[in-house]
This record gives sequence, structure tokens and C-alpha cells, in this order.
Amino acid sequence: MLLDIVFNAFNGLIQGSFYALMAIGLSLILGLNGVINFAHGTFMALAGYFAFTLVPYTGFWGALVLGPILAGAIGYIVEQLIIRRLYLRDPLYSLLATFGLALIMQDLLRTIWGAQGLPLAIPDFLNQPVSNTYFFVTGYRLLVVALAVISTGALFATLRFTRLGVRIRAGNADLETIAALGVNIYLLRSANFVLGIMFAGLAGILAAGQLGLTPTMGDQLIMPSFVAIVVGGVGSLFGSLVGGLIIGIASGVTTAFFPAASEVVIYLIMGLTLIIRPRGLFGQEGLFE
Amino acid sequence: MSPALREKLVQGITALLLLTVPLWVGYVGGYTDLASRVLIYALAAMGLNLLLGFTGGLSFGHAAYFGLGAYGTGLMLDYVTGNTLLALAVGTLTGGLAALILAPIAVRRRGIYFSMITIAIGQMFYFIAVRWNSFTGGEDGLTGFTRQPILGVTLSGTVFYYMVLLFFGLGALLLWTILHSPLGHTFVAIRENQKRLTFLGIRVERYIALSFAISGVVCALAGGLNALLDNFASPDDLRYTLSGNFLIIVVLGGMRNFWGPLVGAAIFVLVQNYVSAITQNWMTVIGLVFVLSVMFFPLGVLGFFRRRSRS
Amino acid sequence: MSLLTLENISRRFGAVTALNDISLSVEPGELRAIIGPNGAGKTTLFNLISGFFPPSDGRIIFEDAPITAVNPAALVKRGIIRTFQITEVFLDLTVYENLRVAVETAMGLNIRPWISRASRAKINDRVDELMDIVKITNKADRVAGEMSHGDQRVVEVGIALSRQPRLLLLDEPTAGMGDEETNHMTGLIRALNKEQKITMLFIEHDMSIVFGVADRITVLDNGAMLAEGNAAEIAANPRVQSAYLGAAA
Repeated sequence: MLLDIVFNAFNGLIQGSFYALMAIGLSLILGLNGVINFAHGTFMALAGYFAFTLVPYTGFWGALVLGPILAGAIGYIVEQLIIRRLYLRDPLYSLLATFGLALIMQDLLRTIWGAQGLPLAIPDFLNQPVSNTYFFVTGYRLLVVALAVISTGALFATLRFTRLGVRIRAGNADLETIAALGVNIYLLRSANFVLGIMFAGLAGILAAGQLGLTPTMGDQLIMPSFVAIVVGGVGSLFGSLVGGLIIGIASGVTTAFFPAASEVVIYLIMGLTLIIRPRGLFGQEGLFE
Repeated sequence: MSPALREKLVQGITALLLLTVPLWVGYVGGYTDLASRVLIYALAAMGLNLLLGFTGGLSFGHAAYFGLGAYGTGLMLDYVTGNTLLALAVGTLTGGLAALILAPIAVRRRGIYFSMITIAIGQMFYFIAVRWNSFTGGEDGLTGFTRQPILGVTLSGTVFYYMVLLFFGLGALLLWTILHSPLGHTFVAIRENQKRLTFLGIRVERYIALSFAISGVVCALAGGLNALLDNFASPDDLRYTLSGNFLIIVVLGGMRNFWGPLVGAAIFVLVQNYVSAITQNWMTVIGLVFVLSVMFFPLGVLGFFRRRSRS
Repeated sequence: MSLLTLENISRRFGAVTALNDISLSVEPGELRAIIGPNGAGKTTLFNLISGFFPPSDGRIIFEDAPITAVNPAALVKRGIIRTFQITEVFLDLTVYENLRVAVETAMGLNIRPWISRASRAKINDRVDELMDIVKITNKADRVAGEMSHGDQRVVEVGIALSRQPRLLLLDEPTAGMGDEETNHMTGLIRALNKEQKITMLFIEHDMSIVFGVADRITVLDNGAMLAEGNAAEIAANPRVQSAYLGAAA
């Protein structure tokens, strides 16, 4: 029984890594762009499909690098054409626009690559179990967790030590002031949006390697990612990371006891957070109100 | 013509058109059930608009209450009663009660954060419906019930249309009365300036929660009617996709306008119906409706015309 | 008996002392101006009195009861009403609608989902009365957001009056106004004080306005009380002169 729980908790950790990567991207865009990006899940799938097409030419590792970049490029175009025109309007409009965008992109994915699930080929050695003694863990699963840790570490370092990062953080705190200081906030927001999309892209390729590709693969991940943000606390990227891992593990452990409730438990955690600590684990009081 | 007179005239014509739908709907390529659907979606969107357009609360989860109304009604007919009206009443109360309980949790946050919470709460019900297979029918939806005759009158498509119209009228009357009362004035004042109202001594979050609950009740009523229309309740009735559809219906018609959602629902349901009949890529068309209307018609159809006539 | 008494009030924000050891009292019926250069602590003083946040030290007493840690909503019910430096009205509503919701709130009707003809008439009478007092009846159907800044300020004062203030706090009521609007506002302030017998505190930047309107004047500088007295006393006070002339030079 204990082994069961540990096994499911580890599975949950992997699932949580996907949630966390998605939540961090969403959280970046939510903070600086003020947009709930409903198309985040389809950008994720898009990167997965890009990788699928790239693998024969570049191999898995090349696709893992190029996929997010290509998705980021599409994200840039979308931001230029649609999102940036809505920054000054009520959040309702960007929410609906990205929602519509998600429908269009999903339809395009289906038209181009088909509605049937597709497998994303991963290097053979990653498919080997690392250990059979206690429970079944493949190298790929360890890779997912490792890459989630490395990429968020890299993001935090970027935010802390580079000029772009410092500006993004300052912009989160007070956009008007940094605009007054002469920072081009439109450029900054574009860069930030692309960065957020690239995180979705990374999550998409990693998820595709484990679960395969479908046009709607993002649908299952975007809602828990919202919850991860709420639980972790809006405005805190670290909170999004922790929130994602927590709900992933909670969901995994629940699977061991009561499989049917594995999704619902995520929302119960959110409800509890809101009742006990409305600002979320690492959220600041008074933000976004 | 004075604005008041013109408004009366427009309302009179609208009422006449709605009352005579079964007579002419076939000639314009529609059918009675499609008109019922327009009214049902319009009712849900008008309920949502009490919160969105008049109180300023952006909920992306009102399909949950619609869906609870649908499942509540269907489950009553499946397991408890053959009384259609009783089932509808219980369904409405179920959705309304859920909204009443969840509203205080959702209003703990404001702005886009509030929206995210409403989405997530809505999804919780979706997963319950999908996973609780034995009770709800799971992903296949809830079947096995049909709307039963009321007082011996069989609810044919036409009779049912008039029943929907009656409830649509009652719902609209309820919302209209509230909006013209001190409670409604308070809602609108919250939309306009929460800070000012707080410093007049109002506990703003309580009123947002109340608006949330009332709009949830109206959505639940619409959901119950939808289940009766289809003799079926689907998990999609609870899903955030439908919440998005309700929002775009409100925006399409014009969210500052009381009757805006009716216009929006007519456009949306007809477009969806016709486009899905001609192309596989209907999702792209619906998506374009979202993106283009947000970018170029933010005031909606009625808002657009109203602005032109004013200038 | 004083209406409002502040005893040795201080307020610190971290290392910054916004107000330091302020004591003052306001008599019923008084029209008191608070003046001082930017950063003197005027708005902080208002925030303390209206309960936005409590003082770090000291006591606030209103009508013989301590209100040092009472929340803003409760203070509103006791009759301490304020306006803000940035005008806070309901922008998309007409003047009439602005005042109507204020009156309904003052009558405690907000929760009513329907309304009788009699109450509606009572509300309308009160709205008319308020529009008359602040002299904006001729613009009743104008949308607030489309009116001049000065008119919006007048609407805001009307909203504040709906709660029948026992103490009215006006934060820079003439800020950003032209001469004509300023005259209208100062005339209104005087009339509210003399005719409606409302005790008022108002923050003002411009000394020349204050001298013509206020009964008594409190001068703040750098969070400390610099002087208090009537117009003549303040004008003659060497410390005030040096603070203001120093600031001007």
C-alpha cells in the first residue's frame, strides 16, 4: 500500500511538472500582459505537433529546442495581430479573443495533422526503466522532472539577473512607472508573451513524448494550471511552480485511493485555499484588485 | 419619434415576433426547436449579464449552473417524478443553490483572478458529471427521461416553445424588476465604482455574491429547459466552452443593453447551426466570430446601433 | 465639547514618519482648513480620521467616543463622510442616478429587489433636495463621466451629503479646477457650513482660497503641526511665512 502511494505520488509529480510549466507560462502572461491566455493549451499542442514534424529531421533533442521556439514565433504573430490591441480594454475581451483563438487553432491542428492521436518518438534509451526494483520509472519521466526544474531555474535566474528579467519584474509591480522611465512596454510585453508561450511549448513536447499528441491535449492541462496559479498565489511564479506540483501530487495520491476523484480533488484544494488563505500560498495581498 | 415611444414600439414588435415564431419559422429555413434554443440561450445569457454587464463581474463559469439545472431536472425525471414542472423547479433550485454557496468563495478575489476561479469551479462540476458514471451517465450524458405532459397537455415542439417563451418572459421580468430596484442600482454602482460605494458603507462583496447567485438561478432555469428540449443532459452543458459561448452571446448582442443577449443568442445559435451543417471547420468560424466581434464590435450589435443613433 | 479630537497622533510607514504627534480639536459647526505643502501629511491625516488605517500612536475621539480602530464602514454610519483627492463618482451614470444610489444607500434600501411607489417618491424628493443644495439640478440627466471635472466634484459632494454627515472631510475639493469652478466650490463649501450647519474639514493647497473660506486653519509641514489659528493669525505667523516662502523660493 505504501509503495502504491509512493508510486502514485511520483506519477503525480510528473503530472505536476506539466501543470507547473503550463502555470508558469500562464502566470507570466497574466502578470505583465494582464491576459488570461485561454489559447495556452493549444499553443502547447502546437509545439508538440511541430516537434512531431521536426523529429525525422532534427531528432528528438533538436525538436525539443526548436518546437518551443517555433510556437513562440506563432505566439509573437498572434500577440502582434490580436492581443496587443486589447491591452487597454477590459480583460473580458482578451479572454474571449484567446478563447476564440483556441477554437481556431484546435481546428487547424485537426485539419493539418488529423484528429487521431499521434505518437511522438523519443530516444530509445529514455524508454528504459531506470529501476525495476521498487517501481517502474523510465528515464523519460526523470527527464521531464529534471527539465521542469532546469527550465524554471533558468527562468528565475533570467528574471533575477538579466535586464529583460528585471524589467519584467518591475513591469509586474508597476507598468506605468517603468513606461515613464522610458522602457518600451509594448516590446517588453511581446517578449514576455513569447516567453510564456515557449514554456507552454516545452510542456507540450514533453507531454507528447509521454502521452502522445491530440489536438485537444491542452484541454486537460489548462484547467489544473489555472488552479495551480490560484493555489500558488497570483503574481508569484514560484507559487505557480509549487501550486502545480502540489495539485499534481495530490491528484496522483488520490488516484491510489479513489481514482474517480483524481480530478475533483484539484478543485477541492482550490476551494480550501480560497477559504483559508484567499491570496494563495505565495501571493501578495491586494494584487490585481 | 421619442426614444421612449421607439423603445415601446421595438419591444412590441419583438414580443409579436416571439409569439408568432411557430407560424413563420419554417419559411425562413428554421424550425421551432431552434427557436426554443435561441430563447434558452438568451435566458442564460441574460442571467449571466446581470453579473457581467450590470455588476461588472466577469464569470467564465456560468455554464456550471446551467448544467446543474439540466442535470437536476433530468435526474428528477429519471429517478423521482413524472412531473415536468416539479423537475424543472428542483433543477433550477439545485443550480441556484450551488451558485449561492459558491458565490462567497468566488468573490474573495476580484478582476481576472475572479474569472479564473469561476472557470475552475465550473470545471469541478464537469468532472463530477463525467466521473460519476453510475449516477450521471458519465461522458455519454444523462438519458432515459422525456418531458412528461403537463395537466394532460402533451409538450409537442410547439407547445414546448410556448412554455420556454413563458419562462423566458418570467426570467426577463425578474431581471428587469431587479435592475429597476435599489438592489439593481447598487449592482450597477458596483460596476461603476466599488471604492465609492464601499465608503458609503456598503459591503460590496456581499452584493456581488448576491448578483452571482441570482444570475446562477436564471442560468439554472435555462439549463433545465435545455434538458427538457433535448430530453438529454450532456457534460458539455457544464463545460467552460459553453460558458465562453454565453459570454460571446452577451458581447455579441451588447452587454450594456437589457435585450442584447437575445439578439446575441439569435445570431450565435443560427450561425452555429448553419455553419456546422455546411463545413467541418465550423470551429474556426465560431472562433473567428469570437475574435472579430471582440476586436471590431466590442459594444455588440445593439450597442453599435445605439451609439450611431446617438451621435 | 469638541466634535472631533486628535490626541498626540503619529503615523509611521516603515521608517517614514508621515505624521508626528499631532493634536487638534474641531468644534461643532466649524469650517476648518488643513493646509501645507506636498508631503505634509494632510491626506494621511484624513485617512486616519476616516479609518483607512489606524494611527501608530495616539487617540482619535469623535462625539466623546474613541474611534481609533473603527473601520471605515462603521465610521460612515456614525457620520464621518469623506471625498477623495481623485474624484470618485459613478462615471457611466447620470447625475440623478449617482445621487439616487447614494440616497438609497443612505436609506438602507440596497437589498430591496423591488420598490413601492411611495418609497420611490421619497427617494426622488431627497435626490431633488440634494441636487438643489449643491446646485446641479439643471444637469440632472448629464452622464457624470462626460461632465467637467468641477461638476464631477460637485456631484461627489452631493453623494457625500446623502449620508447626512456629522463631519464632512473634503480632500482638495478645488484641485485642478479653473477660477469659475473654484468659486462655485468655495461658495458651496461656505453654504453647506453656514446654511446646512455641517462641520467640515477640508484639505487645500492654495492659501488664498483658504483665507477667504475657513474659520480656522491648521498648517502641517513635514508631518508636524506648524501652526493653528484664524486667517489673520496664520498670515502673520513667521513660521508659516518661512515654510511657504521657502517652498516657493
